[in-house]
Amino acid sequence: MLCMNFSFFEGEYMYDILNTKKLCENIYSMVVKAPRVSRHCLPGQFVIVRSDENSERIPLTICDYSRENETITLVFQVIGASTMNLAMLKSGETLHDIAGPLGKESELCNTDLDTLKAKNILFVAGGLGVAPVYPQVKWLNDNDIGCDVIVGAKTKDLVIYEDEMRKVCTNLYITTDDGSYGEKGLVTDMVENLVNNHSKNYDLCIAIGPMIMMKFMCLTTKKLGIPTIVSLNPIMVDGTGMCGACRVTVDGKVRFACVDGPEFDGHKVDLTKL
Amino acid sequence: MDMTKKVSIREQDPKVRTKNFDEVCLGYSSEEAVLEATRCLECKNPLCVMGCPVSVPIPEFISKIKKGEFLEAFSIISECNTLPAICGRVCPQESQCEGKCIRGIKGESIAIGKLERFAADFAREKSIRPPHKHDKNGKKVAIIGSGPSGLACAGDLVKYGYDVTVFEALHEPGGVLVYGIPEFRLPKDDVVKKEIDFIKHMGVKFETNTIIGKSITIDQLFDEEGFDAVFVGSGAGLPKFMGIKGENANGVFSANEYLTRSNLMRAFSENSTTPIMRAKKAVVVGGGNVAMDAARTALRLGSEVHIVYRRSENELPARKEEVHHAKEEGIIFDILTNPTEILTTDDGWVKGVKCIKMELTEPDESGRRRPVPIEGSEFTIDADMVIMSLGTSPNPLIASTTKGLDTDKRQCIIADEYTGQTSREGIFAGGDAVTGAATVILAMSAGRSAAVGIHNYLSSK
Repeated sequence: MLCMNFSFFEGEYMYDILNTKKLCENIYSMVVKAPRVSRHCLPGQFVIVRSDENSERIPLTICDYSRENETITLVFQVIGASTMNLAMLKSGETLHDIAGPLGKESELCNTDLDTLKAKNILFVAGGLGVAPVYPQVKWLNDNDIGCDVIVGAKTKDLVIYEDEMRKVCTNLYITTDDGSYGEKGLVTDMVENLVNNHSKNYDLCIAIGPMIMMKFMCLTTKKLGIPTIVSLNPIMVDGTGMCGACRVTVDGKVRFACVDGPEFDGHKVDLTKL
Repeated sequence: MDMTKKVSIREQDPKVRTKNFDEVCLGYSSEEAVLEATRCLECKNPLCVMGCPVSVPIPEFISKIKKGEFLEAFSIISECNTLPAICGRVCPQESQCEGKCIRGIKGESIAIGKLERFAADFAREKSIRPPHKHDKNGKKVAIIGSGPSGLACAGDLVKYGYDVTVFEALHEPGGVLVYGIPEFRLPKDDVVKKEIDFIKHMGVKFETNTIIGKSITIDQLFDEEGFDAVFVGSGAGLPKFMGIKGENANGVFSANEYLTRSNLMRAFSENSTTPIMRAKKAVVVGGGNVAMDAARTALRLGSEVHIVYRRSENELPARKEEVHHAKEEGIIFDILTNPTEILTTDDGWVKGVKCIKMELTEPDESGRRRPVPIEGSEFTIDADMVIMSLGTSPNPLIASTTKGLDTDKRQCIIADEYTGQTSREGIFAGGDAVTGAATVILAMSAGRSAAVGIHNYLSSK
């Protein structure tokens, strides 16, 4: 009736790291084999990563993907112990877990292509915000749709993905806080400059970056009357709507950034409460 | 021996256990188990079995324990229950088997749960398992969610010969057994992991980090991966909030978040890199098992803990044992109390909870007396952390990505009670995803019924 002494195999799936690169001080990129994610992910989505079995669950934007090679590219900033551990991993090593793709894809992916073609779209990327902006610009380019991109950084050395971005957008404008590269000033100055002095007429703005940047971008675009989408990355644990840690207030209603977002209408989301 | 009383069970001293996360209940020794088993009257018409959602032949297994034939007892339980070591620990026995026990009329019922746990632990410690050789029938079934309903369904289907793959969204299988129920009530490595390892050993495949509806849809499981049937056991994981002022402040957590950090991510342990708030004074809102779990976890992490519950103690939905343990450990119960606002500091952190006293009036649609606020009875509890434990609802992800899968107003998947059949051919569902938040054993029972439903469906195809 009974069998004795069963023993166990582990054999869990691990995710191979194919390539790592330091993009600038504290910002790294990593190409990882993640077949299920790469098959179905779209721009705007993210994954949750654990570097090892004691690691916390880290939400990271999918910056690029190849369905053919079954890979995704992650770009992340070292901000604590867990991202530090991630940065120390090299190609040939593995990630313990990658769950995803999570979150809603960019609204662009669900918009009729002819409608998009007729629009003047502006992307504004601050710092690491380049990572979630790039796949959207690339996706538009793949569909023969042009757009303008403003990349803002503190200083020249912190400008990332410049060459890649230039290949997929119509016009690339760079601003640095200290004027060491591109225009000196903030991304908001650049937007006002383009609209007021260069007769640019934008129908849609997608602004992703530090909270303070998105807040001021939204104030600027509201003034200029440009509908604006922002992407939020609050603290989250599971990324599937279970923990509620990422709740945000949009139009007076509580929403979860992980499942209802990460992108929201920037003129409706309460950016002060995050 | 007083035959009207249960053989008392050894537990960690409350003073000691509030400082650790080790299991509270230490279980019966062989001698104690035999002694307790001798109290069983072995009724010809056993009411206890009728009280069990999976109809474990209770008098039969207890009779084996009486004779010291512990492995045989385990074997009998295993016929009906895939996860006996877990059910023995977390089932609400007082409202199921033990609630029906004849002994309970003039004394204490038989400690059926503790005996079930004893038999399962005895076998597991001896690394002994029921046989598991099954002829493969070549048909593939996907199970969505590795919680109690999914595990029970998978365990039965693999016995029928199906090629079974369980998909789990998190990085570890077990669902609520892993993220929801704390270590001190249900040890993860010693009990949950071993039970799941055994299901793997029976031939069930597990794929973690896979979110059905995102990583792959149910339709793609049928069309691209060749599955013949799908069981949805995705649980009820979406937390509810009260909608009161201050609820988005720093220091307000859903019980799900707080417990997931401690249980799944093991934030209580030094090895974990996941942070958890260690508050001075915590307020837990709610009166269910999850509220007790969150309260007792906060206590162990060094907080003074108040449970705020709007009805009276008689209406507490938690298991009696949990309430008893919580009180022993020093949790303060503020009953007939309801929060009206969370007070915050200037920089957005919790500093207190404004509450109002309640009184009970006539019964509402749930049959429980309806609580109404007493005017002018507002008061404030100082606190730096608030945990909202108000229940959960099913995650809409699967229903919203599966065309033709009908749900009701509460986002619960509509499924036949006996077969688990949903509105879509080949798709079955059970557990909390169908009923809304309930118990481990009811979910297991639904998983087992659906396994029969799936077997009948695929056999007739």
